[in-house]
Amino acid sequence: MIATIASRTAAAIALTLAATAAGSQGIENRLVIVTSFSKEVTDPYRLAFQKKYPGTSVEVQNRNTAAAVTFIRETRSNPPDMMWASAPDAFEVLKKDKLLQRYQSKATGIATKIGSYPVNDPEGYFTGFAASGYGIMYNTRYLKANNLPAPKEWGDLKRPIYFGHVGISAPSRSGTTHLTVETILQGEGWDKGWATLLEIGGNLAQVSDRSFGVPDAVNSGQYGLGIVIDFFGLSAKASGFPVEFVYPTVTAIVPANIGIIANARNLRAAEAFVEFLLSDEGQLILLDPKIQRLPVRFDTYAKAPADYPNPFKDARLAKGITFNSDLSEQRYELLNSLYDRVVTFRLKELNAAWRAIHTAETKLAGKANPAASELIAEARARASRVPITEKEALDPAIAGAFQVLKPGQTPAGRQAEFESRWDAAALKNYTEARTLAERALTAK
Amino acid sequence: MTSLSTIATARPSLSYRLGGSPTQIAILLGVALFLIAFLIVPIVRVIVVAFTSQDGGFTLIHFKDFLDNALLRESFWNSLYVAAMTVVLASLIAVPLATIIARFNFRGAALIHTLGVVPLVMPPFVGAVAMQLIFGRNGSINLLMMEWFGFRIPFMEGLNGVIFVEALHYFPFILLNLSASLANIDSAMEESAQNLGARGFTLFSRIVFPLALPGYIAGAALVFVKVFDDLATPLLLNVTNMLAPQAYLKITSVGISDPMGYVISVIMIACSLGAMALAALTLRGRDFSTQQRGGGGLSRRTMGRGGNIAAGVFIVLVLLLVLSPHIGILLLSIATVWSFAVLPDAFTVAHYVTVAREAGPLISNTILYCGLAGLIDIVLGAALAYVVLRTRLPGRKLVEQVAMSAVAVPGLVLGIGLLRTFHDIQLPWSGESLATFWFMLVIAYAVRRLPYALSAATAAIQQLHVSLEEAAENLGAGKVTTLTRIVVPLMTGGLLAGFVTSFATAAVELSATLLLVARAPDAPLSYGIYVYMQSAAGRGPGAALGVIAVVVVAVATYLAYRVAERERGLKSRTF
Repeated sequence: MIATIASRTAAAIALTLAATAAGSQGIENRLVIVTSFSKEVTDPYRLAFQKKYPGTSVEVQNRNTAAAVTFIRETRSNPPDMMWASAPDAFEVLKKDKLLQRYQSKATGIATKIGSYPVNDPEGYFTGFAASGYGIMYNTRYLKANNLPAPKEWGDLKRPIYFGHVGISAPSRSGTTHLTVETILQGEGWDKGWATLLEIGGNLAQVSDRSFGVPDAVNSGQYGLGIVIDFFGLSAKASGFPVEFVYPTVTAIVPANIGIIANARNLRAAEAFVEFLLSDEGQLILLDPKIQRLPVRFDTYAKAPADYPNPFKDARLAKGITFNSDLSEQRYELLNSLYDRVVTFRLKELNAAWRAIHTAETKLAGKANPAASELIAEARARASRVPITEKEALDPAIAGAFQVLKPGQTPAGRQAEFESRWDAAALKNYTEARTLAERALTAK
Repeated sequence: MTSLSTIATARPSLSYRLGGSPTQIAILLGVALFLIAFLIVPIVRVIVVAFTSQDGGFTLIHFKDFLDNALLRESFWNSLYVAAMTVVLASLIAVPLATIIARFNFRGAALIHTLGVVPLVMPPFVGAVAMQLIFGRNGSINLLMMEWFGFRIPFMEGLNGVIFVEALHYFPFILLNLSASLANIDSAMEESAQNLGARGFTLFSRIVFPLALPGYIAGAALVFVKVFDDLATPLLLNVTNMLAPQAYLKITSVGISDPMGYVISVIMIACSLGAMALAALTLRGRDFSTQQRGGGGLSRRTMGRGGNIAAGVFIVLVLLLVLSPHIGILLLSIATVWSFAVLPDAFTVAHYVTVAREAGPLISNTILYCGLAGLIDIVLGAALAYVVLRTRLPGRKLVEQVAMSAVAVPGLVLGIGLLRTFHDIQLPWSGESLATFWFMLVIAYAVRRLPYALSAATAAIQQLHVSLEEAAENLGAGKVTTLTRIVVPLMTGGLLAGFVTSFATAAVELSATLLLVARAPDAPLSYGIYVYMQSAAGRGPGAALGVIAVVVVAVATYLAYRVAERERGLKSRTF
């Protein structure tokens, strides 16, 4: 034991001594990166970068997004050098807390927008190095065993046949799911958008608390379909799992980012790493079957396999709606909380309401029964609405209750008060919807 | 107790007025300092927001918000229900197992003990995937059920699913503590009762059960508190309407400023302390200690052929059930692809080849960290239990309660607190931050697992009659000699149970690990598993590391029991 401790201490001293020696090619000999990416992504980059800069050793700290943000916040006096992750919200939080520093890449031939989403932070605090599109991943064995057709569009997920077969991660837990939800709300409008989300919500088997929980469950066949980001589906397929992935006609394209942390010790190495990610060499690594992300460099697609998705050519990916970042930012925290209140934490009740509606509609299909139709319409309305209007959601007095308080700001209540109210409203709506649908069965 | 104070009256000094010797005072102060530095200060620095109003003053308004919220009230009752029912189910597994091992001559009791500990080692993520693949909605068992009978059993759904999985996971707390208690019962007590005509149920209810009660209560209380505060299982089953997941989802969501997560943490800590106090209350006013020692446990009976087979079948069935997640992990680690099928498509050793290169340091780090943490725990646990039960020092109960509260502290909250408190302290020899120095992981593990060792040590001392110590002191032994030569040796079984529990559960701890590990070479196995389990291709290698973690704990536990068995063999009376 003592020997181990001594050898560890010696190693630590050696490391410190090495750190004072000058690195080769004008950059520091150490680079510390905090990341939520998997080994399949970080290892190839670490090795390639160290090969290019032999004097620099890259230390990768794998943490989940929440732990990464907390770590950077708590270690601000002597922080790691870079944050490397998908979640755009994590970067926004770090930026707000002044934990990032600006860097403008010198690389050329890089897209500024993918679809309608800007690749980089407009103020230059973080840089997009890859993009990913949202879509539906499904387990082919599962679909076959349950006699289910393969879905193509978001709307398909509303169909009663998929009841209990769909999974999603909560927007509050996954920045990329958040953007998908926001995209649906902006594309269809607040009321229609929520109706879609809640009707899909009625079919959900699970709302996962982590992004990877969804592909993990689809890979195992725990449920059949998952709303996931493309590389989860594509890389699982490349690893041999019986899964497929489709992009719906309208999809959200979201960038994965890297940012340099304020007061980074190894600034030049960090800058070199950003440039490396955006270089021809760095972008090519994204095409690795186990990584499968979309390059932001136009000419990299020329070297990609023929069937590789190309957001700059592919009509499905290029289309999309215009994404209003200001709107998104104003209600970011509120939206996370709202989705959890009306879907995540009341999933059982939401499932029951929609099951009752589906049952009533199937039984009454093709029969003229105005009284029943009216009851079903009323049930649908209850199970499709959220307890807050778009105007309220953008009201600084309400949205502000979910944000860190700014000086001079007086929110209309505490977050807990709003959450309590929404929870009660959701519970009431879903219970009533279920009762109405059940009454429709016996209505004359 | 009375006789102790009579002896002490002879020297009315300051230490007498305080109710203990200077050494005892030093012990209590040492433990208290450790807890202040590594538990109270870090935790308070984090959860202070639960009592802070929007303008920065003190407030209890957030607790009112908690009570006003229907979802949180529902979560509270659900957590309580699940914890209580788990104690019942875990007892049904653990009590027969412990009785059979203690009562009958059984070859390989150490093996059963070892396998009985393994369920505590549920590697993060891998365990969850394996559970789903075995017991899940489309797991092996349900796929077979659908094929044969056309219906499913919802093992892993809703609150009952949580109870099922928690019981499989945590029954070893009862098994370990109850076994330690049973092993300490002197067969002479039993023989006397038998001579007086007690048989069968009377013997059990009047002698065996009361004498084993401290161990059972210690184990049951731990199960209750652990399940009440457990996060992994509800998350695995996706049950969010319980307290621990509600707190976790708040605390770990990026960019949330709402204090409710910390409010829930405070409430969970308070409830756990309440449960522990209740457990202590059931033992109060009773004397469990016996003067005869070293009887080597209940008198062993040799079972007839039928009894042997019945006990054997029971043990095999129970072990098969509780170890099925681990069988699942093993299959996962040698599977090519396992998806929506009873068994994997094909088998391979490739995943072990993948992890072979990095497994070495991960294993040695795990053994080093968790071994040290376990040692710290039994030293602190035994010292504190001794001071609490054998002295009248003021504040000893408070220190005990603070130590026990660690069981309810979420790993993440402790991790944030340690980081916040110690990040700016630099190590003199390397300039590295103390918070991210590897020893901080040892501290984090030790603090969170101290309650296990403390409960085990308390149960052990409750069975130990004070007259044995007095006899030693009358013969001229000092307090320290009495402690080291009499008390500690007679507590071996309990301390071992405490060490094994601390070691085994620390080996798979993730939340604090993920926050405090700063360099890959310093990482333990749980971190290695986490890193792999973030991608589809990493599932096999992650499972391989999971198997390695289970084997490491199993081997350590087995060795510990072999040592203990030999000790007991030496102590047993031979006449």
